[in-house]
Amino acid sequence: MPVDFSLIYPDGRVQVQAEIEAGRVRIAPERIGETLGWQLRDEGLCRGEACVPVRDPDALVDERGIDLETLAEVLGVPLALDSEACAAAVGTAHSDRANSLATLVAPDFSLPDAAGRLHTLSEHRGKKVLLIAYASW
Amino acid sequence: MEDVVPILEEVAPTHPSLIDTEHLLAERYHIVNVPTILWIDEEGNICRPHDAQFGTDTFTAFHGKRSAPYLDMIRAWVRTGEGALGRDDVRALAPVPTRESELARVEHALAWHLSQQGQQQAAERHFTRAGDLAPLDWTIRRGSMPVRGLNPFGPEFFALAEAGQPTYPMEEVTPTRDEG
Repeated sequence: MPVDFSLIYPDGRVQVQAEIEAGRVRIAPERIGETLGWQLRDEGLCRGEACVPVRDPDALVDERGIDLETLAEVLGVPLALDSEACAAAVGTAHSDRANSLATLVAPDFSLPDAAGRLHTLSEHRGKKVLLIAYASW
Repeated sequence: MEDVVPILEEVAPTHPSLIDTEHLLAERYHIVNVPTILWIDEEGNICRPHDAQFGTDTFTAFHGKRSAPYLDMIRAWVRTGEGALGRDDVRALAPVPTRESELARVEHALAWHLSQQGQQQAAERHFTRAGDLAPLDWTIRRGSMPVRGLNPFGPEFFALAEAGQPTYPMEEVTPTRDEG
C-alpha cells in the first residue's frame, strides 16, 4: 500500500508516494529523477553525462521502486530517514560539494525579502557583495 | 518571518534583507554560527571566507570583538579592494564540511520539517541526532532551541556555550580583539 511521503532535497521538498516495508522506503524511479536529477539507465544512475555504476541493481530497484537508503549509499549523498514519520531528507554528495568549494565560486541561491520578492546572489555580479547571515531568534 | 518584519521596519536597511526559513544558507555555505560574514568579489568568488564579526558592540563583553575595526575593513575593501585574500588563503581559511557535518545538516532539515508538521516527537529524535553529529554547529544546536521549547538566551544556551563554541579560522586573522 503506497503512503504519502515527504522528500526534502537541497532545492526543495515534495510529497511522493512511497512503499514502506520493514523500515525500507521505496519510491518510483521517475520521482527520483524529477527531484534529485538522477535517472536509472542501463549504465547505472545517471545525471546528464555522468553515471554511477550500480553494483547490485536488484538491491537498488524492484517493481515497488528505488530503495532510498541504497540510493543514498550508491550516490554518496547524506540521508536522514524516518520511515515511521514518513519523511526523509537527502543532501548534496560530499565529493560534489568539495569540488564546488574548491572553485571558490560563492554558491548561488534565491531567497525572498519580507515583501516576498525573490533576490538571487548571481544578479549582483559586477558588484562586491557582503553576505551576512544572522538570526532574529 | 513574523519575528524579523518589525526589526526590518525599524532599521529600514537600504540593502536586500532576505528571509531564510529553510536554513538554505547554512546548507549551501556550511555556516555553523551567526553572525557569519563572507566577502564576495565582483566575479562572484569568495574573497574573504566565513568570519564571525559584528556591526555593533552590543555583545562585545561576551565575545570580546569590537565592531569599529571591522567596519573600517569593510569600508576599505569597498573603496580599494584591500582586505580581500588570495585564492590559496581563502581555501586555507574556509571551514570545511565533513561527512558527519553533512549528515547533521540533513538530520536537521528532516527535524525542521517534522517540527513544522507538528510531529514534535519525531522531530526531537532528529534534532538530537543532528546535534550529536555536529556538537559545535550552533545553527543546529542553538538555532533549533526556539522550536524545541528552549530559550536561545537562557540556561540551555549557557550550558551549550560552556561545552565549547564554534569558531572559524578567520577569527584568528581578523584583528578585532583587543590585544593583551
